[in-house]
Amino acid sequence: MAAPVKVYGPPFSTAVARVMVTLLEKDVPFQLLPVNMAKGEHKKPDYLKIQPFGQVPAFQDEGVTIFESRAISRYVCDKYANQGNRGLFGTNPLEKASIDQWLEAEGQNFNPPSSILVFQLTFAPRMKIKQDENLIKQNEAKLASVLDVYDRRLNESRYLAGDDFTLADLSHLPNAQYLNGTDVGELFRTRKNVERWWGEVSNRESWKKVLEMQSPPAPKKA
Amino acid sequence: MATIKVHGNFFSTATLRVLASLNEKSLDYEFVPVDLRSGEHKKDPFLSLNPFGQIPAFQDGYLNLFESRAVTRYIAHSYAGDGIPLVSSDAKKAAVEDVWAEVEAQRYEPPAAKLTWELGIKPVLGMATDDDVVKAQEAELAKVLDVYEARLAHSKYLGGDAFSLADLHHLPTLKYLMASPVKAVFEARPHVAAWVADIMARPSWQKVLAC
Repeated sequence: MAAPVKVYGPPFSTAVARVMVTLLEKDVPFQLLPVNMAKGEHKKPDYLKIQPFGQVPAFQDEGVTIFESRAISRYVCDKYANQGNRGLFGTNPLEKASIDQWLEAEGQNFNPPSSILVFQLTFAPRMKIKQDENLIKQNEAKLASVLDVYDRRLNESRYLAGDDFTLADLSHLPNAQYLNGTDVGELFRTRKNVERWWGEVSNRESWKKVLEMQSPPAPKKA
Repeated sequence: MATIKVHGNFFSTATLRVLASLNEKSLDYEFVPVDLRSGEHKKDPFLSLNPFGQIPAFQDGYLNLFESRAVTRYIAHSYAGDGIPLVSSDAKKAAVEDVWAEVEAQRYEPPAAKLTWELGIKPVLGMATDDDVVKAQEAELAKVLDVYEARLAHSKYLGGDAFSLADLHHLPTLKYLMASPVKAVFEARPHVAAWVADIMARPSWQKVLAC
């Protein structure tokens, strides 16, 4: 029987990866349905019915069709609260709110500069689009300021929201993974608490599974 | 004595977002002005309330929160029984409302915030508006509002049939944008225009504007 949860989008997408790692943390089986963005599948009418902005991912679960990776992740944590990593989004409303503020910080402070850098440094070259040096410089500076705040926080706290890994840390994984494969990784390595935190979160089993899904299998030898 | 405190100022869209949600729930709170010009928000003790040195910061008893949308979600859920509901009690409906709240945060806010800065705040600070930025961001906003127009053609509010945080979160930037030439982008789309007029007329929002 096919898994009831469906995620639409390519595994290399940061937003798709955010949803996949959440589902893995919560032990929720899912089907990943490909969307061929190179062929413009995400802008076609059939796809726009489930994601009107023409972006990935889209998500379906028992008659609920939703989009926006952070909304999907919150939904998964609430619906599957009693399985997998139970503390991922807190076990009571006060914990949840404390995690949610760091999830919002990721979405509003970390995501804008890191997304631009991920595109400029990782995807633009692949797509043969010219890099914008000014944009890269500006956003490196913005990201550095955000990571300064994180470094101070992570000096007092093992993870962003407290002693345990939560959705707030998880939300950083996709962009930070790409950045740590570029020169911008220096910004993480030169801040010792951020470096320690990155080492821990990126080594989680759930994230390692996502990385396997992002790497195409080696071509079979004849 | 109010257990709720909001630290911020009345120009700040993020501060207004929190005040709007408190008013919808008819909750009492103490407003603590933060002096941005003296750099108060970039120093201790404010940094212990918001480590990013941004406003607002929020307190409810021993709970201390930052990021306006985390604060409004906390208010909506923890005070679910007070005032007007800001989140559906039906889990599936609440999930759809949360989608459109993320749309506001991730799709609408970037151009709206930049336009608010250029057209609403910079003039007050005596700084020159960058017309190139305004042009580019208006085009981005138009694309987002095209999706809103299609959505609002078959949904009374963005998140569904009831007013929710998904709608409320737009009010602070709307305050600036509807008082600027950018209002034309909203008014050109009839369902969007009607929705804007409806939510801006809410008594809880009028009360924020009277602060």
